[in-house]
Amino acid sequence: MSNQSSVEIQTEWDIVAARQLGRNVAKELGFGTVDQARITTAISELARNIYLYAGQGKIEIQRLTENGINGILIIAADSGPGIPDIRKVMEDGFSTSGGLGAGLPGVKRLMDDFKIETTLGEGTDIRATKWLR
Amino acid sequence: MNKQMARYIQENMTEIISNWQELMRNEKSERSFEVLPEELMNQTSREFAELMTSNLLESHQAYESRLNDFAEKVVRYGWSITFVTKAINHFGDIVFDGMEKDGLINNDNYRGFSKEFNKWITPIRDSTIDTYSRTWERTVSLQKIALQELSASLIPVFDKVSVMPLVGTIDTERARLIMENLLDGVVRHRAEVVLLDITGVPVVDTMVAHHIIQAADAVRLVGAKCMLVGIRPEIAQTIVTLGINLNEFTTTSTLQRGVEQALAWTNRKIVEVDEA
Repeated sequence: MSNQSSVEIQTEWDIVAARQLGRNVAKELGFGTVDQARITTAISELARNIYLYAGQGKIEIQRLTENGINGILIIAADSGPGIPDIRKVMEDGFSTSGGLGAGLPGVKRLMDDFKIETTLGEGTDIRATKWLR
Repeated sequence: MNKQMARYIQENMTEIISNWQELMRNEKSERSFEVLPEELMNQTSREFAELMTSNLLESHQAYESRLNDFAEKVVRYGWSITFVTKAINHFGDIVFDGMEKDGLINNDNYRGFSKEFNKWITPIRDSTIDTYSRTWERTVSLQKIALQELSASLIPVFDKVSVMPLVGTIDTERARLIMENLLDGVVRHRAEVVLLDITGVPVVDTMVAHHIIQAADAVRLVGAKCMLVGIRPEIAQTIVTLGINLNEFTTTSTLQRGVEQALAWTNRKIVEVDEA
């Protein structure tokens, strides 16, 4: 069973809309404040990556139920330039924009499951899940 | 044809308005119409009907200024744009149906009249939408200014100690403002210690952290110390998980502790006075 909603990312303010949506869903699912902060921060990172590197894309929030456990799935999809070297961006401290370079590896640590698919010139699709324990 | 339409509307004004109100009340999604007091609603409806007819009779200019007034009023009442466009369409339909029933519109002039009606309704709708979007644009830009005004001011709390409370989302634009105000204020207030209070910041992601670190570095360059205060427990956990290094910072959970620490750095402390 899944229940979804999404936010288009085009401007910096859409990042706020995306994480607001995520926070509301997380709250409804019964995540505690710490996990809510983790989920919103993860959404913030992913949405910002879309805004910075792809220009535009979409953040989708889904509710999941698997084996009786509820969870939240964040899908960040864009049709931007893609990521040339995934291993590199998953290293701490690597950044092409002069940032901290903690974004993607940070998201991976904030969430339970993390999957990234990227094709050069076609776009990137990132799926991150957090389970309610 | 225009004159004919206008005459029909004026002659049957009361009936048209009551029909129209009936139709608008049936619009389920819209509650703004019901909450309006009866008297005000009748007045607004009449005004609306007059506006619709004035387009048929008066010069374009007179109509434009009337329309602007009306649209602004409607915006103030909080009618949604879908509601207003529906109102315009319904009004046109009612007049058309009425004229058809009275035999003013028949098979022979049907085409001509539908064309004429289109010419009547379309510009009204267009300019209403135009006025709406202009009002929105103004609201948005005003809010942007309002937001900027409440962005980041540096408050001197003690001699040599200043606080900058950060409230709300930090985007690139605000981050720039924070940096400017911070450096400006440090120099102006001759602050030795600056406390950045992030109690009111909902999400601290890598970008926000990056801006804070940069601001603190800049503060160090102008010869003051920067302290990060108001770190909520959940924010602390997220920062650690993200792997953001704030080791070079002095951080505290509350502003109060931060102030105590800042006073200690400047060789002062708060003591209770024993009143004898």
